[in-house]
Amino acid sequence: MAKAGEKSSSSWKKSLKRKAAVEEIQEAAGAGDGATESGVQPPKAAAFPPGFSISEIKNKQRRHLMFTRWKQQQRKEKLAAKKKLKKEREALGDKAPPKPVPKTIDNQRVYDETTVDPNDEEVAYDESTDEFASYFNKQTSPKILITTSDRPHGRTVRLCEQLSTVIPNSHVYYRRGLALKKIIPQCIAREFTDLIVINEDRKTPNGLILSHLPNGPTAHFKMSSVRLRKEIKRRGKDPTEHIPEIILNNFTTRLGHSIGRMFASLFPHNPQFIGRQVATFHNQRDYIFFRFHRYIFRSEKKVGIQELGPRFTLKLRSLQKGTFDSKYGEYEWVHKPREMDTSRRKFHL
Amino acid sequence: MAAAAARWNHVWVGTETGILKGVNLQRKQAANFTAGGQPRREEAVSALCWGTGGETQILVGCADRTVKHFSTEDGIFQGQRHCPGGEGIFRGLAQTDGTLITCVDSGILRVWHDNDKNTSSDPLLELRVGPGVCRMRQDPAHPHVVATGGKENALKMWDLQGSEEPVFRAKNVRNDWLDLRVPIWDQDIQFLPGSQKLVTCTGYHQVRVYDPASPQRRPVLETTYGEYPLTAMTLTPGGNSVIVGNTHGQLAEIDLRQGRLLGCLKGLAGSVRGLQCHPSKPLLASCGLDRVLRIHRIQNPRGLEHKDEPQEPQEPNKVPLEDTETDELWASLEAAAKRKLSDLEQTQGALQTRRRKKKRPGSTSP
Repeated sequence: MAKAGEKSSSSWKKSLKRKAAVEEIQEAAGAGDGATESGVQPPKAAAFPPGFSISEIKNKQRRHLMFTRWKQQQRKEKLAAKKKLKKEREALGDKAPPKPVPKTIDNQRVYDETTVDPNDEEVAYDESTDEFASYFNKQTSPKILITTSDRPHGRTVRLCEQLSTVIPNSHVYYRRGLALKKIIPQCIAREFTDLIVINEDRKTPNGLILSHLPNGPTAHFKMSSVRLRKEIKRRGKDPTEHIPEIILNNFTTRLGHSIGRMFASLFPHNPQFIGRQVATFHNQRDYIFFRFHRYIFRSEKKVGIQELGPRFTLKLRSLQKGTFDSKYGEYEWVHKPREMDTSRRKFHL
Repeated sequence: MAAAAARWNHVWVGTETGILKGVNLQRKQAANFTAGGQPRREEAVSALCWGTGGETQILVGCADRTVKHFSTEDGIFQGQRHCPGGEGIFRGLAQTDGTLITCVDSGILRVWHDNDKNTSSDPLLELRVGPGVCRMRQDPAHPHVVATGGKENALKMWDLQGSEEPVFRAKNVRNDWLDLRVPIWDQDIQFLPGSQKLVTCTGYHQVRVYDPASPQRRPVLETTYGEYPLTAMTLTPGGNSVIVGNTHGQLAEIDLRQGRLLGCLKGLAGSVRGLQCHPSKPLLASCGLDRVLRIHRIQNPRGLEHKDEPQEPQEPNKVPLEDTETDELWASLEAAAKRKLSDLEQTQGALQTRRRKKKRPGSTSP
């Protein structure tokens, strides 16, 4: 039928849509068929029965057409409303009401009861006597052992090498299929303070175990989004031997404090910064983003940064008290997805 | 702390920094009590028990081998005594008609004359229980009977008024299907009321019931739960089941008549260190390394009742809940900030979980 032909040809030509609709309306107006046409433009279009919605049209192409037309109309109305609001704001000038703050998941975050109050003495005492206290009192300086899971592939090996340039006083060793429980006493005997194990799966690193050594907590992270140095665009030259500064962002809860302290104890504690390198651990929505930059102050307020070094994202899976013992160790915090991930606005770190 | 405040605390929790906390569940407040005024790690609480004479005195066993007496009426530490001998922390404390029973990690069980003036007296009785003790528990029905057990230290029941040999010595189960010896690691012991039976939970995720009255020295009933060491156990008010907790924070109720799993409780994120059921109401207080005290309702419906965050490393050792008269306002879920008053709100109970079945989530979650 000519009518069907017209319909099918117009359904994929956007500019002809309205025209075709008008023609159809004018054709069908004579037939008195009200339900198929839109009543938008022509004055003698058939009226729809009240309570009609586009989804009730059985013909898919027609329905799609009506929907796209509706969408375009909505967009137009929205744009017009925005323009109007903007004009009103300009007209009012200073007396305009403040702009409403958009809702984001971060500012809708459910208040966590374990958020540490800076004046809390119990937590302060706890932190001053925990396993990291000797580091923060500058009695011990860190010595890190970096290793991988057995038989690592190239990416993991390169990540380990790059990590050892980022973390001062760190040594990379090949894991010759040795059990961690046997490595740990040897590390303690050689005065290592931390052990990092990068776990690998299918040729990419995907996990990180960070164990503080004499008898400290062990954190197990899921690692994702690993970018080695050559994969980072617009990066600077390789990092030098200077000790980097650390930035720990947004570790507010008690658990976050513990993890933050664990990260801080990896780097030597020296407030005299030389070398303008900085390692950042930024926590947002329970994901910890690691970045390594070099900065330079161009003036009082302006800073230029160059990203060097590897970047990766970590998510905490468990924090175990004591050194690595996944079977018999006692866990301080375990991530349980079905219990803890029920709300999109609740975060634990 | 005021005396009145001390009296109304429903749950007492000991922490790793040496502070004894009394939690008032109605007002959702936690009050701290320290012996020396400042928290000290050397005074980490390792054992708690009620003193004799109703629930007015608490005995606090600390890591520096002192046992402190705390009066709940006055809210102050009344005295302490040093209990030397053996190595390790206290694994069990008990008090019975004027004597104090202590057991330490290395297996020295001593009975001391509980006289405040005479703090340097020698122990009345000393027993060597065997190294690696994890728990010593006193039989509430017969105060002179205690049971001990630990890592590679089988369950033994001792009568302190009797001979130096244990009354009941448990035997290890048969070798497993590979003909290997099954290791022993008794983490917690409870006496079942109404009979002579004992229940233990082990670090190899087994729950065993022993009956000294029967000629069988091996466990009468054995079940397993989970794949992680079970660290704490408590009896439910009904007397037919126990609730166990493991190092991953999973709590389960196990029926001892059949050895079946009745259901689980969720909410804990860290290793369970202390569990205590109310003697008559179906309420369970649990605390663990995640530093939160939680009260669960065990039945009708099963779910989280109240959560308290004292912000302290809770290596909690809890003491039985007090029986209080004012108990109408239990149904509330809002977690209170530490030391702040908050109004009770009537909110729905949270989730009910079963190990295999899944139910729809509740309206609020802690």
